Amino acid sequence: MRIVMIGHGMVGQRFLETLAARAGDMVHVTVIAEEARPAYDRVQLSAFFNGKTAEDLSVTPHDFFDATGYQLKLNTRATGIDLAAKTVSTATGEVVPFDKLVLATGSYPFVPPVPGNDREGCLVYRTIEDLEAIRDAAAKSKVGVVVGGGLLGLEAAKALKDLGLQTHVVEFAPRLMAVQIDDGGGRLLRRKIEALGVGVHTERNTKEIVDGETCRHAMNFADGKVLETDMILFSAGIRPRDELAKSSGLMVGPRGGIAIDNVCRTSHEDVYAIGECALWDNKIYGLVAPGYSMADVACNHLLNGHHKEFLGADMSTKLKLMGVDVASIGDAHGSTPGSLTYVYVDDRAEIYKKLVVSSDGKKVLGAVLVGDVESYGDLLQLKLNDMELPDKPEVLILPAMEGSPRKAFGPDALPMSAVICSCNNVTKGDICSAIDGGVKDLPGLKASTKLATSCGGCSALAGSVLKCELEKRGVEVKKDLCEHFAFSRQELFHLIKVEGIRSFDELVSKHGKGLGCDICKPTAGSIFASLWNEHILKKPLAGLQDTNDYFLANMQKDGTYSIVPRIPGGEITPDGLITIGAIAKKYNLYTKITGGQRIDLFGARMEQLPVIWKELVDAGFESGHAYGKSVRTVKSCVGSTWCRYGVGDSVGYAIDIENRYRGLRSPHKLKFAVSGCTRECAEAQSKDVGIIATEKGWNLYVCGNGGMKPRHAELLASDLDRETLIKYVDRFLMFYIRTADRLQRTSVWRDNMEGGLEYLKAVIIDDSLGIGEELEKQMQYLVDTFECEWKAAINDPETLKRFKPFVNSDETDSNVVFVDERGQIRPATGAEKKGRIAVAEV
Amino acid sequence: MSSTLVKVCKVHDIPVNLGVGALVKGEQVALFHLPTGEIYALGNFDPFSEANVLSRGLVGDLQGQKVVASPIYKHHFNLQTGECLEDAGVKIPAYAVVVQGDEVYLAV
Repeated sequence: MRIVMIGHGMVGQRFLETLAARAGDMVHVTVIAEEARPAYDRVQLSAFFNGKTAEDLSVTPHDFFDATGYQLKLNTRATGIDLAAKTVSTATGEVVPFDKLVLATGSYPFVPPVPGNDREGCLVYRTIEDLEAIRDAAAKSKVGVVVGGGLLGLEAAKALKDLGLQTHVVEFAPRLMAVQIDDGGGRLLRRKIEALGVGVHTERNTKEIVDGETCRHAMNFADGKVLETDMILFSAGIRPRDELAKSSGLMVGPRGGIAIDNVCRTSHEDVYAIGECALWDNKIYGLVAPGYSMADVACNHLLNGHHKEFLGADMSTKLKLMGVDVASIGDAHGSTPGSLTYVYVDDRAEIYKKLVVSSDGKKVLGAVLVGDVESYGDLLQLKLNDMELPDKPEVLILPAMEGSPRKAFGPDALPMSAVICSCNNVTKGDICSAIDGGVKDLPGLKASTKLATSCGGCSALAGSVLKCELEKRGVEVKKDLCEHFAFSRQELFHLIKVEGIRSFDELVSKHGKGLGCDICKPTAGSIFASLWNEHILKKPLAGLQDTNDYFLANMQKDGTYSIVPRIPGGEITPDGLITIGAIAKKYNLYTKITGGQRIDLFGARMEQLPVIWKELVDAGFESGHAYGKSVRTVKSCVGSTWCRYGVGDSVGYAIDIENRYRGLRSPHKLKFAVSGCTRECAEAQSKDVGIIATEKGWNLYVCGNGGMKPRHAELLASDLDRETLIKYVDRFLMFYIRTADRLQRTSVWRDNMEGGLEYLKAVIIDDSLGIGEELEKQMQYLVDTFECEWKAAINDPETLKRFKPFVNSDETDSNVVFVDERGQIRPATGAEKKGRIAVAEV
Repeated sequence: MSSTLVKVCKVHDIPVNLGVGALVKGEQVALFHLPTGEIYALGNFDPFSEANVLSRGLVGDLQGQKVVASPIYKHHFNLQTGECLEDAGVKIPAYAVVVQGDEVYLAV
């Protein structure tokens, strides 16, 4: 069967993935797409301004088309459909025959027919190319206006605000988000958005756009008022892309949209339409979740699968608009005959909640939530599953009072059919079968069901369902560190801190059992170091350290060690280089430049470590802590001092930061970088902490890493001054050190964090847990008590005794053998050592 | 050939919870001093990494057995028998330790 699809957006890609899963290469598929790149996430489009690249936003797996053999023609506009011949013609002159055709052409932004709407700087907000144009226009603008105060309009306004523009929203209706929320919610939303410095102009009808006096344009409104602006974004709704369907004779609605039936078929039996171009029951669905359902239904029908129908979709939404939580469920306006309404308003805390229930008070019909959307999940589930309400439905929106019944129901009360993730249509039943299949945590659930992988709004609810179901199955969610401690690392950290425990003996006698092992001992050693910062080789701490920490060097495969002196920010003087070179030459060490802009010296025998370090310390070097689960390096680009593009002194800042956090012990290694401009030569976005200079200060990125599973860092805060940035990094690092699991990098810690980046921002920036000052204080203590571990070690005769290979002999390990390779030493292989291969020993 | 007792070091030469290396009749040996006061001796050679590193491993107990963890690939060896916990076929030499007064002797 030859299937042709026109359009490749999120819904189209979902159709293809469903098709590939069910029909594999049994079908011959051609996708004709007008845009220059494969399907990407339009829901998260504004993330583009927070540093996400077009690639990050892609929803098309890299190898999807290679693996399936499906053909994707990008930059190709379909120009006509011949229903009789069953072919699609393209602007490139091709004629592609089909057995079945799927229209996934999406929509286009509606631009009101106002004279002057095509002036320079008048743009729309839909594609990545649009965003690039917005970014370029914003660079030349001071003031920006968004026409349209709906969901997308406010999203666009946020983007303009983030780009540093003085921003206005112009709306034709009397309130913002007129479709989703009521007057009361609209008033509060407006107040909150105005408080952010965004101008809100409702009931404004733009008459024309002409030359401005102080700005590039002036918008003249019907009521005689004028607003001057340098750029204008039209976000006044969408219109279905139905022109091809129309011209080929397919039935379209009177106000646009390709008419479809319950199986997503158009007026021609071999042509389907899905997503925003499709008109079902005279409705266009401008959300991705209904589009996904249509993709599923259409694919099913096309392959003659079991019977599924699209019967409309819930349009409830929860989102954060410019930092303001807004949610709308079902009949938000109470327009159902006989419906009853409860309203709760708290002007001081800026909270508005409205609950619409049926005339008998037994069912939820709708709700509006502004400022506090915590009850969204509960209310939505009550509505979607047609569940009976408690006697006093108002408790669902009232704040918890002491003694009053809270939490009308838990995840246990939800029926198996309850849809937890509407983007990917995952029900509670699906979660249960995943758990029965062995899934034990949220990442596992995401991988097996795709739940919470689109908008992510359901992750908290999914987490509570998961926990509840695991408990019901008697699965203890074990986070025990090892057989000696029935505590997680976080719990152990807390116990050690609160009880002031300073030795492993005390810890194990109070909270554990047995002798300990190579898991709990180094963990305890690391926690002691993070809290008390005593020298790690001090008795009795020495016995807790892994060999790398114990010998303050990195053990290599042959039992010798490598040495990494600290070179803060990668800046080193010629004399420093000569010193390192001379020492390497004297002790015949293999030298290599590391990825962290330092020099690693390999092949030192245990007994050589103190003498080599004595020379390094005498020359002014200190330990680089390459051996520890600790802060490693702060990589930097050359920065504004030398670079003609640099806007910030990345080297100077990197050195300051490395000197502040050097030696900090943590659950896993930490890598930092500082870039002097947006070109990002230091690759800061692949680090645990990445800092990038901007025209106005420094952007702070967190939780990135290279390694086995690379993860881009996320923007935590923008345009910070140095002091604020240090404060945030202090808080971030100490929060991580307190709460992460053993050997859990910041990336994995972040991926497992309930509430995600928003939660992390709340803790770090808004100090939502009220621990900011304590975290800073702890960090300052560690900074103030820093000492070079090697400098202390070479001056302590007790410690030095440990570097002898044999307690009863001055001989050295005869099994350590080097051979020459490319002018330096390397460890001899087993065969070379046994003399089976002749080598020249060095 | 029957083994003989060889004097190796003093008890306090082996810090508690740690290991030291020793050269006994040309063999590399790793001695460990547990917090319970016991001293154990194994061969120092880790068969998985083919390096003499076991004296630099962390000691402890796992599933009721007293063990040392190799610092390279983290295999555990029973301090009493030399058996590897992760790989049943692998066994390294285990030596009898005799403590007389302050002196540590090995039966080699």
